[in-house]
Amino acid sequence: MTTTTVRPGDPALQPAETGSLSTTELAAVRADFPLLERTVRGGQPLVYLDSAATSQKPQVVLDTEVDFYEQRNAAVHRGAHQLAEEATEAFEQARASVAAFVGADEGEIVWQPGATAAINVVAYAFSNATLGRGGEAAARFRLAPGDEIVVTEAEHHANLVPWQELAARTGAVLRWIPVGDDGRLDLTTLDEVVTERTKVLAFGHVSNVTGAIAPVATLVAAAKRVGALTVLDACQSVPNMPVDLHALDVDFAAFSGHKMLGPTGVGALYGRRELLEAMPPTVTGGSMVEVVTMETTTYAPPPQRFEAGTQMVAQAVGMGCAAQYLDELGMAGVARHETELAAEMLKIVDIPGVRVIGPLDTADRLAVVSFVVDGVHAHDVGQVLDDKGIAVRVGHHCAQPLHRRFGVAATARASASVYTTVEEVVAFREALAGVRAFFGAE
Amino acid sequence: MSTLEQMYQQVILDHAKHPVGRGLVDVASVAGHLAGESHQVNPTCGDEVTLRVDVTPEGSVAGVSWEGQGCSISQASVSVMTSLVEGADLAEVARLDGLFHDLMSSRGKGLDDDAAEDALGDATAFTGVSQYPARIKCALLGWAALKDSLARSGALATS
Ligand SMILES: Cc1ncc(COP(=O)(O)O)c(C=O)c1O
Repeated sequence: MTTTTVRPGDPALQPAETGSLSTTELAAVRADFPLLERTVRGGQPLVYLDSAATSQKPQVVLDTEVDFYEQRNAAVHRGAHQLAEEATEAFEQARASVAAFVGADEGEIVWQPGATAAINVVAYAFSNATLGRGGEAAARFRLAPGDEIVVTEAEHHANLVPWQELAARTGAVLRWIPVGDDGRLDLTTLDEVVTERTKVLAFGHVSNVTGAIAPVATLVAAAKRVGALTVLDACQSVPNMPVDLHALDVDFAAFSGHKMLGPTGVGALYGRRELLEAMPPTVTGGSMVEVVTMETTTYAPPPQRFEAGTQMVAQAVGMGCAAQYLDELGMAGVARHETELAAEMLKIVDIPGVRVIGPLDTADRLAVVSFVVDGVHAHDVGQVLDDKGIAVRVGHHCAQPLHRRFGVAATARASASVYTTVEEVVAFREALAGVRAFFGAE
Repeated sequence: MSTLEQMYQQVILDHAKHPVGRGLVDVASVAGHLAGESHQVNPTCGDEVTLRVDVTPEGSVAGVSWEGQGCSISQASVSVMTSLVEGADLAEVARLDGLFHDLMSSRGKGLDDDAAEDALGDATAFTGVSQYPARIKCALLGWAALKDSLARSGALATS
């Protein structure tokens, strides 16, 4: 554990029901993140506004991972020695922490290397079921030519390409819900896109480009009306707002550890218990089996059925710790903090030549703000900000179709996390205001 | 000069604003000339360039035209390259390409070779870019398009 004097979970510091993180609390949070103390580009303080790409990690997560290797490292779920017992307990306890954090049951959380891998598990399960694997139990996952898979125009490539590939393998048709000029999903044609032919509706909870929060209830209701399964890409929501997967009533969800203050190399697939039970495995090998003969194999129940091979135990334990850290901080307060930061970020629309791609109000959006600067390419914008120690992301953020929708090849993106301060956003705005002058853009 | 100013030399900003050779030109089928076209994309940032080259029967560059979109570094680099290679023979183009790649690997130090830097001319302004690993590929995009379009023209095989 870290030794900051004030812990985020300290009851004395709990934000009022309507408040955000207090200044004292935010200072305590920042003190937990060693990387935030370093300087960049000639001794300037780091202003890290790239948390949507990957978040920084609190000391307690780093310590937990090290502690696992120093004290508990052993193969999990096998071996009759004490270390194996302790390692297994840490691994399963982490699963329980992550499950509790997102409103799921323990058995509904499958460890995966990340959200990308998690989404691919679902896509390949459909594929395997279509080939007859999983038998009658997996009938819900079978696709036939003419069946439809629906995504949205706002998706990260991780929640688009696997579905394109699934369509190509099965003869199903890929359709999508368009994005409106305001950066939100355009639901006016929802009933034409989600129809009796729809078998899967996969969509992002929060866009990693526009920051817009999708209307989950409306989309889930549309899917349920036609008996389609829903897959939620929760990569950007889980780290930044309260998420209760049971309440959202989605069938599957995916999120990554490294975006929620946890380690790289680990993420989670959530699946409703009865669906995971019915789903055929995708990656096969050791640890996911019951009885293996030379001819055939029977598979373990979920979640192990989807965890073939030696797992990323230390990272999983770190991700469990990150979930607890956020839980203690209180996600309602975190979300309010981010709404405040979003409001501060959106003030960049007052800078001449700056255009935001995405909602301009703070309703149903998080502190992920992508923008273009008239006459200056995003890469060049990023370089000038970097010269002042300000880290933003530039490019298409793995969402080329969404950028194409707005007629731009690249944007710059500022994004926040629990440790981001208003002062940092102000520094960003001030630096951004000087960009056009630097390039002599009129 | 700050490292940022070293990177965005005036020459680079000028070329980015007033690029040389921009706008694809139909390469007329002049007897004996070889023409090639290449489209290069930088997948991480979406920078693109489509470049056409026209090679004389004697094996020198008669003309380069291109269309592209991207950051000032990538666009200025195609522009500078265009002015540099027009009229050059293919051996000289290959030498310049090698020198420019060396410059981009110099981590901001330059080539320490006056003759080489003279040959590169305005392209030496990209020395500052070589301090930023993420931007080197921006500067090399146009050079990759030139090399590929020359290969596609068939001129490399005959020279
Ligand atoms: C919305 C969204 N979906 C999916 C991903 C993919 O996550 P990962 O690269 O951790 O698998 C990301 C992260 O880049 C994301 O922002």
